[in-house]
Amino acid sequence: MKRVIVTVVGKDTVGIIARICTYMAEHHINILDISQTIVSGFFNMMMIVDMAACDTPFEQVSDDLAESGKEIGVIVKCQREEIFDSMHRI
Amino acid sequence: MINQYEVIETNEMIEKENLDVRTITMGISLLDCRAHEAEELAVQIYDRICKKAEHLVETGEAIAKEYGIPIINKRISVTPVALTAGGACRTKEDYLRIAKALDDAARTTGVNFIGGFSALVSKAMTHADEMLIHAIPEALAQTQRVCASVNAGSTRTGINMDAVRLLGKIVHDTAQATAQNDSIGCAKLVIFCNAPDDNPFMAGAFHGVTEGDSVIHVGVSGPGVVKTALEKVRGESFEVLCETIKKTAFKVTRVGQLVAMEASRRLDVPFGIVDLSLAPTPAIGDSVADILKEIGLEEVGAPGTTAALALLNDHVKKGGIMAGSYVGGLSGAFIPVSEDQGMIAAAKSGALTIEKLEAMTCVCSVGLDMIAIPGDTSPATISGIIADEMAIGMINQKTTAVRLIPVIGKTVGETASFGGLLGEAPVMPVNTYRCDDFVHRTGRIPAPVHSFKN
Repeated sequence: MKRVIVTVVGKDTVGIIARICTYMAEHHINILDISQTIVSGFFNMMMIVDMAACDTPFEQVSDDLAESGKEIGVIVKCQREEIFDSMHRI
Repeated sequence: MINQYEVIETNEMIEKENLDVRTITMGISLLDCRAHEAEELAVQIYDRICKKAEHLVETGEAIAKEYGIPIINKRISVTPVALTAGGACRTKEDYLRIAKALDDAARTTGVNFIGGFSALVSKAMTHADEMLIHAIPEALAQTQRVCASVNAGSTRTGINMDAVRLLGKIVHDTAQATAQNDSIGCAKLVIFCNAPDDNPFMAGAFHGVTEGDSVIHVGVSGPGVVKTALEKVRGESFEVLCETIKKTAFKVTRVGQLVAMEASRRLDVPFGIVDLSLAPTPAIGDSVADILKEIGLEEVGAPGTTAALALLNDHVKKGGIMAGSYVGGLSGAFIPVSEDQGMIAAAKSGALTIEKLEAMTCVCSVGLDMIAIPGDTSPATISGIIADEMAIGMINQKTTAVRLIPVIGKTVGETASFGGLLGEAPVMPVNTYRCDDFVHRTGRIPAPVHSFKN
């Protein structure tokens, strides 16, 4: 299990989730959880994914998703889960 | 499982409040680099550093990318050069050759600073120590990335006043040697009392003799995060204030701990310590002074400043110590003037003076840091300021340091500009009464008594 948190922040628009999920399916990234909310008027989505079976290096996935987000005007960020675990869990 | 609000909180700290890992510093021992000639030693040192730190920068960058946390600096510290070079270096030029080898190794490995052009002389100086110290002004003028430090006193040994007297002149000469760049050489020279062996922060980092062959230390930062957290508890009691600082320091330090463990694992180098310092940068919102103002001061330097800083420093430690498995270095709050826009503003407005800064150093983590003083300040006066700061460290059993910049050709009212993370500093007035007869006494100040604490 190689859990990664993907966050998407930006203006809400049609097809954000579809676009990101399609990329993930193509690269064998398993989605474990999705949640979304609106924070100060902005669309905020968080996905917890498992990249253990992913066929592409982390860096490439991170760049591809960021690029893909840019095309539809949202910021997509991939981060290994440990940074949140260490900050918020003892 | 991690929830969305926790993710948002962490990312806001990174994106809006300048949370970052300030430095991954690899300590490298040079104790077994031995040669008969300086040239041979220089080649050995260069090879050793380049081999050990070959993957340091790329590993730091990969970790930053994967966790989404900026890692600002990748740096190297080495064994104090005076300890290893004594057999091979017979002249000042020999020491300059070693300084150049360090500079070249820093450039090859891609780190922005390398620390360890240093001598430990808290009791007395060997011939090698003395020659290295004499080489500091030219070494700092002729290299870009080399940092020098000298430990001139300790609680156990007292203060080596012969070294302090010499260092007043060395600070002055370093300023002269880099006069065309606002005496920037002095920004790379730190004089310590009770220097720690495992400090990852420049310019005072060196790889202490108690360390192993190599080690990874990490310095965290995050004044902006603490400031933002305190904005939410305005007007609350000291209890709430202190709890907020502790909780925030805990979160910040946990990130440092994670990065340190990961860097250590990937580089296959033992993990040393996390230094949980609040280290400001000249960027807006990355200021320790702003935290002090948020605690309730109109301007840094106002009455109450020392108490506010003491409280801040102590609670950063209390929060951070539980977050890290090994905490060390200088841990606490840094108060460099030129690197903190809130401190710069306070110094410019006259709210903050060197005397108040000296009082603040009694309760903060380091000392008189990045303070510009008039270029015509005499070496004896500089030695006097160093001696005062060493005395605070010696008596209070804490690390203190001096990084003063006598800006050649400039005086009070003017500003020295160093650029980048070193920032800019208004030239601050120095008490003009003389201390020459005090400084010119030879020998050392004996170690203090450890009882009768009043």
